[in-house]
Amino acid sequence: MVRLITHNLLACHAKGCTTNNFPLEFKDVQVVLRESEFNPEFLRGFMPKIEWPALLGAARELGDTSLPDQLPEMLDDDFLKALHHVLLEIHVEEGIMICPNCQHNYPILNGIPNMLLAEHEIA
Amino acid sequence: MSRPELVAPPEIYYGDIEAKKYTKNTRNQQIQADMTYRALELLNLPPDEPAFLLDIGCGSGLSGEILDEEGYIWTGVDIAPSMLEVALEREVEGDLFLQDIGQGFGFRPGSFDGAISISVLQWLLNAETSHPTSSPPHRLARFFTTLHSSLRNPSRAVFQFYPSSDDQIQLITSIAQKAGFGGGIVVDYPNSKKARKVFLCLYVGGGGGSQQQLPEGLDGEEVDDSKVRFERRRERETAKQGKRGNVKDKHWILKKKELYRKRGKESVPRDSKFTGRKRRPVF
Ligand SMILES: C[S@@+](CC[C@H](N)C(=O)[O-])C[C@H]1O[C@@H](n2cnc3c(N)ncnc32)[C@H](O)[C@@H]1O
Ligand SMILES: [Zn+2]
Repeated sequence: MVRLITHNLLACHAKGCTTNNFPLEFKDVQVVLRESEFNPEFLRGFMPKIEWPALLGAARELGDTSLPDQLPEMLDDDFLKALHHVLLEIHVEEGIMICPNCQHNYPILNGIPNMLLAEHEIA
Repeated sequence: MSRPELVAPPEIYYGDIEAKKYTKNTRNQQIQADMTYRALELLNLPPDEPAFLLDIGCGSGLSGEILDEEGYIWTGVDIAPSMLEVALEREVEGDLFLQDIGQGFGFRPGSFDGAISISVLQWLLNAETSHPTSSPPHRLARFFTTLHSSLRNPSRAVFQFYPSSDDQIQLITSIAQKAGFGGGIVVDYPNSKKARKVFLCLYVGGGGGSQQQLPEGLDGEEVDDSKVRFERRRERETAKQGKRGNVKDKHWILKKKELYRKRGKESVPRDSKFTGRKRRPVF
């Protein structure tokens, strides 16, 4: 159950990996779509936290091209619905997330990413 | 009975059998639910603003189910795979991560509007995990520092936990302070052996809300609202029956939506041919 809402917040936390460690790259992913309740207030509140290029990249990687290149100035319903779908309804069930900097692999099994680090990777 | 955190590392202690036993126990369900409600109260989130929360040591989702019920969107982390598996079975709504909080978080600055943690912190003080670890103070420092940066300013993190001595409380609060947190300890029903509960309330910035003072602990007569809570939970259990075990397939989604509609929730997405459909990623 990694959705893009959490993927967009997640950087690599391995020891010494502090730059260029976001966003994690998806590899070999399997995706499931699950509808969820549309909550425009939540989305408006969440907007300032979003790294737009990372979200756009991840959505397109997962096959969704509904988001515009640039964050629109007007947050109309159509846009918010597309955003809702991308952030909350696309679930990555299997695959790997790879740090673009240190190449650490975070495997996703059954929807749950394994964030455990090996001893030499702990800060 | 000896404290669980002295028995074995958490991911061993909460193996398949204990994870199921822990979660099924109705008394556990009630206690964890009550403490979660109290933690939410202490979190003092701005009313009517939907929030994105972190559930630290989410386990099998007993705390997370309350977050779902209260309409929060959340992410949970836990070190015990068996507990997370039960959480999946119980179909909680939050995103789940297998993570040792003593290794710290990688969440971007300001990710969460608040954090709760129910019955977890004592584990960081006591048992080693079977994963590579360092000393408890080092792990606590790494945990609080990375948590502090992943919370937005202002906000709060509220931990219910079971300290076994004042020294432990002292250690935890001093490390949290060094990580940049304000706040402190709130004790509910300090004079009741049974009802006494310890909460660590940490503030980022002013902690939100008008007063920067710590809230008062509850005292005096215990309110017996357990009945109400219990009934609420029974409703939840009934709603779940018959669909345990299956992944969130189309059937499940339709049932859940029906349930939401029945409960009078608005804007439940309409059913479509895409509902619950598996899609191949496109590259
Ligand atoms: C008593 S359970 C509480 C679970 C849940 N919060 C609830 O209210 O039911 C304690 C949980 O803390 C988790 N835990 C212990 N040490 C941990 C660590 N270092 N990192 C992440 N989770 C941990 C355990 O795996 C267990 O699921
Ligand atoms: Zn890295």
